Amino acid sequence: MIDVRNIHKTFYVPHKVRALVDVSAAVRAGEVVVVIGPSGSGKSTLLRCLNRLETANQGHIYIDGIDILDKKTDINKVRAEVGMVFQSFNLFPHKTVLDNITLAQRVVRRRSREEAHAKAMALLEKVGIKDKINVYPDQLSGGQQQRVAIARALAMEPKIMLFDEPTSALDPEMIGEVLDVMKKLAREVADRVIFMDEGQIVEEGTPEHFFINPINERTKLFLSQIL
Amino acid sequence: MDASSELVRIRREPSFYLWAGVFLLLLAAVVGGLYLATLEIDYVWRWYRVPQYFVSHRQIEVRADIKGEVDAIRTEGGATAVVVKGRDEEAVYAVGKSALKVAKGDTVYPGDLLAAHAEWQPGILMEGLWLTLKVSVIAILFGIVIGFITGIARLSSNPALKWTAMTYIELIRGSPLLVQIMIWYFVLGTLINTLLAQQGIGQVPAIWFGVGSLATFAGAYVAEIVRAGIQSIHRGQTEAARSLGMNYFQCMRCVILPQAFRRIIPPLAGQFISLIKDSSLLGIIAIRELTKATREVVTTSLAPFELWFICAVLYLALTFTLSMLLQYLERRLLVS
Repeated sequence: MIDVRNIHKTFYVPHKVRALVDVSAAVRAGEVVVVIGPSGSGKSTLLRCLNRLETANQGHIYIDGIDILDKKTDINKVRAEVGMVFQSFNLFPHKTVLDNITLAQRVVRRRSREEAHAKAMALLEKVGIKDKINVYPDQLSGGQQQRVAIARALAMEPKIMLFDEPTSALDPEMIGEVLDVMKKLAREVADRVIFMDEGQIVEEGTPEHFFINPINERTKLFLSQIL
Repeated sequence: MDASSELVRIRREPSFYLWAGVFLLLLAAVVGGLYLATLEIDYVWRWYRVPQYFVSHRQIEVRADIKGEVDAIRTEGGATAVVVKGRDEEAVYAVGKSALKVAKGDTVYPGDLLAAHAEWQPGILMEGLWLTLKVSVIAILFGIVIGFITGIARLSSNPALKWTAMTYIELIRGSPLLVQIMIWYFVLGTLINTLLAQQGIGQVPAIWFGVGSLATFAGAYVAEIVRAGIQSIHRGQTEAARSLGMNYFQCMRCVILPQAFRRIIPPLAGQFISLIKDSSLLGIIAIRELTKATREVVTTSLAPFELWFICAVLYLALTFTLSMLLQYLERRLLVS
């Protein structure tokens, strides 16, 4: 489903930072992969490269077999299949919750008003804020906003969902409600954990292996700091 | 938010009334001082002369210009005409709405009144005001279109678009409007009208060069306002829209511009108020807008003080209305 081959990403502004260095990874359909690592290790950049919000400088990224770094690829088609949830929600503040969720369905998927509405209602029920459809985002709590953001991404019926630190901007008491929604989408436990540091994948494996018997020294150091 | 809709009686401090009084006193001093000064130079205020330049009740007259006899009074399809037959010439005078002053068989001499009626006519100031309004509104509309296109092009990563926009903005903002009006009229105007004449097509009237100059001038400033407005929208909005598969135009139309639009209304209002005032420069290319009209009236009226004040007040009325209109629009957008 996702096949990343030897990508490099270097930022030059405001100064040169090698955000990703020769990163390769593959994710199968249905797999839940968690990327962890200290801040600045390239987790977000890797995620953002997957829907080309950032363009990798080198290497290849295949999404569902399509080379997204190829100039001829219609990136908007690929992005419609890759949902993304941001750390800061990024809901559209001038649109109601309902309109936030129906907008892309209508302009990108060309669904009818009724169809988009029905889809939105089903998803809002799933994320537990069905009663807020006509409210503007700034009247919602952070947790509610993030659940709307998840519903907005899901409404496109994407094949892949990317979550970029979806709970890090939330108060502790709101993290639970967002995590509950995410658990409904996937199993509680990740199939695989990838540890990144300084733009590279240092170690990857099953959660059991990773948290109990890490091999790499940097992984051990990181885990000893957070656990 | 709700507190503002509640009726609150504000208790003012005594010093508030003191300073309000000082303000009124200052105002009276300025107006009174000005008035006393005009008395000092024996200026005679003639406000009664002003209304005629807004509307006048004018006599419309039809006069003969040959000597002869009224041969016939014809009525065809509701239009009346007087036929005057001279010794070896004949003239037909259309009467229009005027009442006849002659009958068949009357002898008339050149200059004799054939028919007359009184009519309310807009005065020169009214016409000037109307022209100012017309020129400003058209220029504002074009300015918005030019400004939005240029503002978006300015943010493009395509060098052709970006540099074209930058060059345009810098050229316009870097030279005086007066000079630009001259260039529009005397350079572009001459070129275009000469070329059109060579092709045997009609001429473009001066007013369109005036509109062109104002629109391109305002467009450059609007472009910068639009650019700033778009840039003020957080990058996450674009990313969210694009991550959902929207293309650049869908993202702009549905997500960025609606948000940017609310923020740019106040600076746009300022720009358009400037444009209305700048239209006063168009007098130099023989467009009789409000200022030019006032200047013409002043030369014949013997009331320059009154007229220039009236002129200023008329501009104020236009700009104030526009300002109110945009404030209303802004509030409407904030509510929705």
